[in-house]
This record gives sequence, structure tokens and C-alpha cells, in this order.
Amino acid sequence: MSEDQLVRLLAATIAMGTPLVFAAFGEILAESSGVLNLGVEGMMLVGAVSAFIVVVTTGNPWLGAGAGMLAAGALAAGHALLCVTLRADQVTAGLALALFGGGLASFLGKTYVGVPNPKPFVAIALPGLSALPVVGRSVFTQDALVYVSYVLIPLGWWWLYRTRPGLHLRACGESPGTADAMGVVVVAIRYASVIAGGMFAGLGGAYLSLAYVPAWTENMTAGLGWIALALVIFAGWNPLPLVFGAYLFGGVEAIGFRAQLLGIPVNTIVLRMMPYLVTLGVMLLAALWRRRLAMPSALGLPYAREE
Amino acid sequence: MADATLTIERPSSRPRIPEWVEATLVRVAAVVAALLLCGVLLVLQGHNPWIAYTDMALGAFGSRFAIEQTLLKAIPLMLTTLGVTITFAAGLWNIGAEGQLTIGALAASWLALNHGTWPAPVLLPAMMLLGLAGGALWALLPAVPRAYVGLNEVISTLLLNYVALLVVDYLVFGPWADPTAFNFPYSPAFSDAARLPMLFGDVHLGLILALAATVIVAAVLRHTVWGYELRTSGASAGAARYAGMPVTRNILGAMAAGGALSGLAGMAEVSGMIFRVQQGISPGYGYSAIIIAWLAKLNPWAAVPVAVLFAGLLNGGYALQTSKVPAAITYMIQAAILFLVVAGEALLARARRAREAAAQKAALGGAG
Repeated sequence: MSEDQLVRLLAATIAMGTPLVFAAFGEILAESSGVLNLGVEGMMLVGAVSAFIVVVTTGNPWLGAGAGMLAAGALAAGHALLCVTLRADQVTAGLALALFGGGLASFLGKTYVGVPNPKPFVAIALPGLSALPVVGRSVFTQDALVYVSYVLIPLGWWWLYRTRPGLHLRACGESPGTADAMGVVVVAIRYASVIAGGMFAGLGGAYLSLAYVPAWTENMTAGLGWIALALVIFAGWNPLPLVFGAYLFGGVEAIGFRAQLLGIPVNTIVLRMMPYLVTLGVMLLAALWRRRLAMPSALGLPYAREE
Repeated sequence: MADATLTIERPSSRPRIPEWVEATLVRVAAVVAALLLCGVLLVLQGHNPWIAYTDMALGAFGSRFAIEQTLLKAIPLMLTTLGVTITFAAGLWNIGAEGQLTIGALAASWLALNHGTWPAPVLLPAMMLLGLAGGALWALLPAVPRAYVGLNEVISTLLLNYVALLVVDYLVFGPWADPTAFNFPYSPAFSDAARLPMLFGDVHLGLILALAATVIVAAVLRHTVWGYELRTSGASAGAARYAGMPVTRNILGAMAAGGALSGLAGMAEVSGMIFRVQQGISPGYGYSAIIIAWLAKLNPWAAVPVAVLFAGLLNGGYALQTSKVPAAITYMIQAAILFLVVAGEALLARARRAREAAAQKAALGGAG
């Protein structure tokens, strides 16, 4: 493999892994507070289409990204209403959200199929760092949203594991009764976590329509939301291992797209199956390692003080 | 305490609404609210919801042809709904009916494409068996790790749906491509022997199969030991294990049975309506099935009218495409119904908890 090919493969790996980094980080926030949200796929699609509509209307990709986050956050607020306030079954509510989001996105995006993106996020070479061999032209020549993800993960990990609000959030997912006794307002934290989680899922979707593709096509997430859910389990609800999972997936996808260029004699359709099969394999490994032990103890359980 | 007993006097003497009436009311309200909600979205997009909904109703039930098409689409919906009903009753979140349907269709198609010269009385039952087996095996793929290592079945069954669709792509672009189709992605057409007989119009024998399956599944769930064990596992896996029920084996059995029914739906689609293998064998029947099963409260009989209604919704959506309203409105309405039913049931449960708490308080107050 030539250096040029390696650079392109690395760059594509990161680009493909980025929507997963955002979406799975969001889901870690929601699940760590004790609320399972299976609607990631739907929230990503709504984020992607809202972002695209706004960038086409305003010509500003940052406004687009913001709109994607707001729209997906609004859907997540609906999930929080059902699961936190009404204490509905979280699996069913999440499935409903996934299906509703998919339908809503197709509905809203109908007239935007085939419309070009007037101002996508484009790669920016980071001064200094981009002069490094190989990584300079791949890791440090990416668009702005990728750089956001580089900052988000260490910051998110630090916030979740090393600060007081992060501790409170995780306490709501581990033992809401104890958190309540400590004076933490469990309902407020769960609402905030679910909504923030939805906003990151929306940002993941927006990344697809603003930077990666960059356009709107129906069902453009193609299961990424479900893969993000699997990655959360694989990562043991920790943002740091999550990055490895996301880039592993991105690498598989990137190799799939470039297999013929790299001279790998495999059927392209079989290669397109690989991300799903790799995810299933990774999930199986996580199950065998008893990764579930890292699961927040109160995940999926509604909390009510009087009980 | 004394105040509480005064304000909530005789809580149990009020006539109680039976639970099934409550459940039905919640569902009707959810359907109406979903139509209103999507109506608002239609208005925001510059469409007239009244015209859109009238067009949908006419496209679904407005003519003999429309009714036939609706019944035709109710067949796979009924079968996949039965498939997810069995697994949901057992407490397994099988979201993979779409993939199970697809693989069942492929298994049946393999026979039709390779042994299409067999006489129909042999070929059709054999295709049905292969459809059942294909769906069952595809469902066992996630069921085995679920039963033995606790692999989350929601995500695994769903991811396998994407894989199943790619298997179709692989076959229709590769080994099964029709050499005379100028690179269009479909297989050669089935022989007449591999096509299900028609009952009336376009409605094929699959309707009888689906109704027969409804009778069988209803009877198995309600009147057999196995059905009882599944429902017990669904209510509480711990309790079922404590009672000595073979929980692991029942997970495999429920998933295989559910997958088999969805596989039969796939066989009926290719053998009764499409007559070949192509992309998009199912327009999301397996996902609609989840919503139908919930609306029917896992009751196989109640699922029949709901499936017909949802088939109508699907056809209504197709009818809209000519009037510039996106057909995706169909899926939005379906999912909005599910969302609102979940909300309604949660509200009911909340009211029930409040009543019980009040009754308990009153009882304590009376004793003290």
C-alpha cells in the first residue's frame, strides 16, 4: 500500500467513524443517567434532514448543525417525557421514536432529495500538525466537525468521570434512590441527559448531510444508529473505548469502499455487509466478556420517589 | 391522615371500567391523535390534510380493487405480526421480522428457481416448508447468543435485517440475476407451478394461510403448556426459571416459531404477488408488525382487523404519491400511533397507581 492510499484510508476511517462517535457519546450520556433510548437511528435521520434543510435555506453549515441538534433534541425530549415523567416502557418508547424519526425525516426531506449542498463543511489542514507524515494529511486534515469530536471525547470523559455534575449523572443511572437522598434532582438530570444525548445523535446525523456525503438521501444512516447502540455496550458506557469501536467500524467501512482500489478480490456487496457483521461480532465478544457488568444498574428502570 | 380519608371516601364503590375497554379507548384515541398530529405536519408542509386523508381512505377501501389490494397487503402483515407476537409474549424483543421475512422468501425462491418444473401440489408445500425453515434459522442466529450469553436481541435482530437485504442484493446482482433482464436486478420469473393459487382478484391463498396461522397461534398461546410457559417467561423470566420451566429452550423455540411465521410471510409474498426475487420484497412489513402487535395487545385475533387497517394505511400512502404528498406519511402515522399508545398506556398505569395508593391510604385510615 502506498503512502497516498494509507492517508486516504485513514482519513476515510475517521470520517466514517465520526457520526458514530457523536451518536454513541450521546447515548452514553442518556444511558449513564439510567434512560435507554433506542431511537438513535430516528434522531440521527431527523438531525441529518433538519441540518440539510437549514444549510440549503441559509447557506450556513453551522446553523445547519445547530438545527440538526435542536430537532433531534426535541424528539429526545418527547422520549424523556414518556420514560421519565410517565414511566413508560423504555424499549417500546425508543422503538416508536426510531420508527417515527425515520418517517418524519423522509416526509420532511422529500423535496430535498437530489438538491446539492450549497456550503458543506470542508477539510481544513491544521497549521503545523498537518505537516506531519501520514497523520498530517489524514488525522489533521479534516473538517471542523471532526475536530469538534476530537475535543468532545476527552472532555466528555473528564466531565463524566472527574467532575461533580458527571458523578451526579452517573449516580442517577446507578442508584437513583441514593442520588435523590444526596439531593440530586433525578428527574431533571435524566431529562437533561436524554435531551443532550439526542442532540449529539442529531449532530451525528448532521455530520452525514453536512460533511460526509454531503447531501440528503432517504434513510442515509443505514443502521448507524443501531450500530451506535451496540458500540455503547462494547465500550462499557465509557467514552474512551468508544472511540476505538467507532474507528474500527469506520475502518471496516473505509476498506469496503476502497477494496477494489486496494486490489482485494471480494464481492462489493459482501463488503457492504461487513460493518453489520463486525458489529454483531463485537457485540458477541462484549457479551462473552460479560461487558454488561459495566451497565448502569438502574438502566431502563423508571424512578419514582414514593416507591 | 383524617383529611385523606375524608376526601377519598369509598374509593372501591365507584363502578370500574373494564381493562379491555380502557385499552381499546386508549388505542382509538391514539389513532385519532396521530392523524391530528400528522395533519398538523401536512398543513405546515402546505398540504390540505382533509384532502390527503380522504384520498388515503379512498385508496385503501374506496373500490373493489382498492379493497383487494388492501387484503393482499394484509397477508404479510398478519403473518409477521403473529411472528413478533409469539416472541413479544415470551418477553423477547424480536425486531427482526423484516429480515426473517426476507430470508424466508429467498429460501422458498431457491426451490422455485431451481425446481420450478415440479408439480404445484409438491412444489408449493415444499416452498412453504423452506420459507418457514429459512425464517426460523435467521431468527435462531440472534436467538442462540441471546439464550446462552444474554446478547441484546433488539440490536442483533435489527442489524440482521440490513444483512438480509444485502443478501437479496448479492443474489439479484449475482448468481440469481435474470440473464435476459439487461442487468436489471431481479431473478427470472417463477413458473406457474411455483405461484400460489388466487382466491379472488389478486388475493391469493396466503390469506387462508394467515387466518389458519392466527387460529393456531391463538390456540397455542392460550391453551397449551408451551404457550403458558412462554407467557410466564415474558412476564418474569426469573419466576419461570424458579418454576422449573426450560427458559433457555423456550427462548430458542419462541424465536424459531416467530421467525418461521415471518418466513412464511416472505414465501407468500414471492409466490403470491411478486413471482420473482427483487430488491424491496417487503416495504417494511416487519416493522409495521411490531406496531400492530402492540396495538392488538399481543392478541392474535385483535391483530387481524388492525393488520387490515394498516394495510389500508399503506395503500392509502401509495395513493397519495400522485398528489405530491410524500408516501412516508404512512410510516409517520404508524409510528405516531405507537408513540401515543405507549404514552396512553403509561397514563393509564399512572392513574391505576394513584387509585391503588388512594385505596391503600383509605384502608389504612379506616383501620386507624
